[in-house]
Amino acid sequence: MEPIIRVRELYKVFGPNPQEGLRLIEDGLDKDTIFERTGNTVGVKDCNLDIAEGEIFVVMGLSGSGKSTLVRLLNRLIEPTAGTVEVRGRDVTRMSQRDLIRLRSEDLAMVFQSFALMPHKTVIDNAALGLEIAGVGRTRRRERAQEALDQVGLKAHARSYPDELSGGMQQRVGLARALATDPSIMLMDEAFSALDPLIRTEMQDRLLDLQREHRRTVVFISHDLDEAIRIGDRIAIMQGGEVVQVGTPKEIITHPANEYVRSFFHGVDITQVFQACDIMDSENIPVLDADTTAGEARNRIAHVPGNEAVIVDAGGRFQSVVQAKRLGELTLDRAASEVAVEVEPVPEDTALADLPRRAAQSPVSIPVVDGEGRFRGLVTLQRLVEALDRSRNAAAANGDY
Amino acid sequence: MEGRINIPVGDWIESGVDWILDNLEPALDGIAWFLGLLTNSFEGALLAIPAWLLVLVLVGLSWWRVSWRFGIFAIVALGLILGMDLWEPTIKTLSLVLAATAVALAIGMPVGVAMARSDWLEASIRPVLDLMQTMPPFVYLIPAAIFFGLGTVPGAIATVVFCMPPVVRLTNLGIRQVNREQIEAGLAFGCNRRQLLTKIQLPLAMPSIMAGINQTIMLALSMVVIASMIGAGGLGNTVLTGIQRLDVGLGFEGGLGVVILAILLDRITQSVGLRRKASS
Repeated sequence: MEPIIRVRELYKVFGPNPQEGLRLIEDGLDKDTIFERTGNTVGVKDCNLDIAEGEIFVVMGLSGSGKSTLVRLLNRLIEPTAGTVEVRGRDVTRMSQRDLIRLRSEDLAMVFQSFALMPHKTVIDNAALGLEIAGVGRTRRRERAQEALDQVGLKAHARSYPDELSGGMQQRVGLARALATDPSIMLMDEAFSALDPLIRTEMQDRLLDLQREHRRTVVFISHDLDEAIRIGDRIAIMQGGEVVQVGTPKEIITHPANEYVRSFFHGVDITQVFQACDIMDSENIPVLDADTTAGEARNRIAHVPGNEAVIVDAGGRFQSVVQAKRLGELTLDRAASEVAVEVEPVPEDTALADLPRRAAQSPVSIPVVDGEGRFRGLVTLQRLVEALDRSRNAAAANGDY
Repeated sequence: MEGRINIPVGDWIESGVDWILDNLEPALDGIAWFLGLLTNSFEGALLAIPAWLLVLVLVGLSWWRVSWRFGIFAIVALGLILGMDLWEPTIKTLSLVLAATAVALAIGMPVGVAMARSDWLEASIRPVLDLMQTMPPFVYLIPAAIFFGLGTVPGAIATVVFCMPPVVRLTNLGIRQVNREQIEAGLAFGCNRRQLLTKIQLPLAMPSIMAGINQTIMLALSMVVIASMIGAGGLGNTVLTGIQRLDVGLGFEGGLGVVILAILLDRITQSVGLRRKASS
C-alpha cells in the first residue's frame, strides 16, 4: 500500500550557513566536527521513512537526537535544508504558502508537550481553535469542539479555563483541539511526557481507544520506550539526527541495531512486548478429535518431544488438554477425552507478563486460541521459563550501559 | 574661539526646526487641528455630563472593577476635588490625558508590533525610545511651543511624545515573550501571518500590553502638569499659579488633584488588565 507520509533524503542543518554544513555531511564529517568548524548544527540527517495510513508510528530518541525537528519538518514548521516530505503524494517542501496552510488546517493536526493552550479562552474555544482559524462559524465550530471534548471525556468542562484543569485534563483539551478538525494525520510531540506516570498511561489508553473508534495516522514523538511499546505499531529510533532503526516493537527488542538502541531497554518491562503467540509451541502438539482413542493418542504423543496433546471440536476450537501419563489409566480403545483436563485457554495476544500467574494455577500447559477460539498452540512451563529468563537478560544486559 | 572645539549641535537642531517650520506647515496645521479636535471633544463631552453623574460613574467603576474599599476612596477623593472647586481643571487634565493616550496608543501599538516582527527594527527604534524617555520632559516644550504656539495642542503633542515609549516597549516585549509552542500551535492549525497576530500573539501579549497602557497613562498625567507651562491648562495650571504666587495652599490643592486623578486612573486601568478570575 502507498504510504501516507513518505520522507526521502531529508536534511535539516541549523546555523549560519546550512548549505556548507550539508556539503560537509556529504564529505562524511560527523556532527561534532561540523559544529566545531562551521557553527552549523545538524538537526536531521538523511532521513528516509514510509509511514503507513492508520498506523501509530513512534519516533524515539534522546533529547537532541532530532526527533522534535523531524516532526516539525513533516508540517514544515521548520524549513528543510534538503530532501522531500510527501503527504499523500504531494511534496510539502515545495508547496505554496496557501496550499501549506490548507494542508495544515485540514489534514495535519498537532499536539504539543507543553499543551500550548490559550489561557484567555475557555476549554471549548480552545478546542475550536483550528476551526476558528479555518473560518468555521461560531455555532458550527462549538458543536464540533463539543463532540471532540466528548470523545476525550471532557464534556463537563467546556466552560472552564485551562488553568482550572489538571495537566492531564489540559492535554486532553490539546487532543480535542487536534481531533476537532478531523485530521487524517496527528503529529504528537512528546504529548504525554509532561504528565505524571499514572496519567500518562491513562492518556495512552485513551489514544488507543480513539484509534479503535476511528483509525488515524499518528506520528508520536517520545523518549520513553515503555510508551513506544505500549502504543506504537512501529518505532523509529533516532540518534544524532539519524534514524538508526525502524521496526515493530518486537523486532527492535529482539534485534537492536546497536548499543544505543539497546540502551533504551534499561528498566523497560519487555514482558509487555512478547505475547502468548510468540512463545507458544504450535508445531509439536498433537491435535486430536473428541473421539480419538487412548491408544492412538499415546502413539501420537510418543512421536513428539512433549508429553501433551489437545482435543479440538469439528471447527478446530480448543476443548481440553490430554497428558500422556493420564492416558495410561485407560485401556487402548477408550476415548482419550475421558482423562482430558478442561482448562480455560488464553487469547494469543495475552502479554507474557500475565502468563506466569496462569501457569501457577493450571495443572497442564496453557492452551492459546485465536479470536474464534481455534487452537493455536501450547505454552509449556519450559517455554515460559525460557522466555522470562531471556527478557530478564535483555534488561540486565543494559544495566551497565 | 581658538583652541576650543565647538560642535554646534544646538545650531543644527535650530536649523532643523526652521526647516520644518518653513516647509511642513500644512502638516503641522493638520496635526494641530486633529489634536485640538480630539482634546476639545473629550473635554466638551466630559464637561457636558453633570459632575454628580460622572462621579457616580467613576465610583461605580472603582467599586465594580477594583473593590468596595476603593469605591469608598473614590467617593471621598472625588468629593474632595469638588469641594476644592477643582472640578473643571481636573476634567481639562483628564481630557488632555485621554487624548494624548489615545494618540500614543494609536501610534505606539503598531510600532511595537512591527518591532516584535523585526530584530533590525527593534535595534533601530530602541535608542529612539531611550532618548524619548530620558530627555528631560521640559525640553519637549520648546519645539512644541515653536511649532504649535501656546495652549492645549502643544501640551498634548509634548505629552504624546513623552508618554509613548512604555506602550511601544511592552507591546514589543509581550509579543516576543509568547511561548514558542503557542506560536507553533497557531501555525500548525493553519494560521496565516495576520491570524497569528490577531488570534495568538496579541491576546497572549495582552497582560503586558495592558501594563504598557497603564504606564503610558501615568506618564501622560505627569507630563500634562509640566505642559501647563506652555498653557495647556487644567490642574497643572493651578499648581503653576501656586508656584508663581508662592501660594502654598493653592499649589498643594492642585497637586492633590493630580494625585487623586493618578490613583483613580492607575487602579481602574490596571483592573482592566486583570483576568475576570479575581471576581469568580
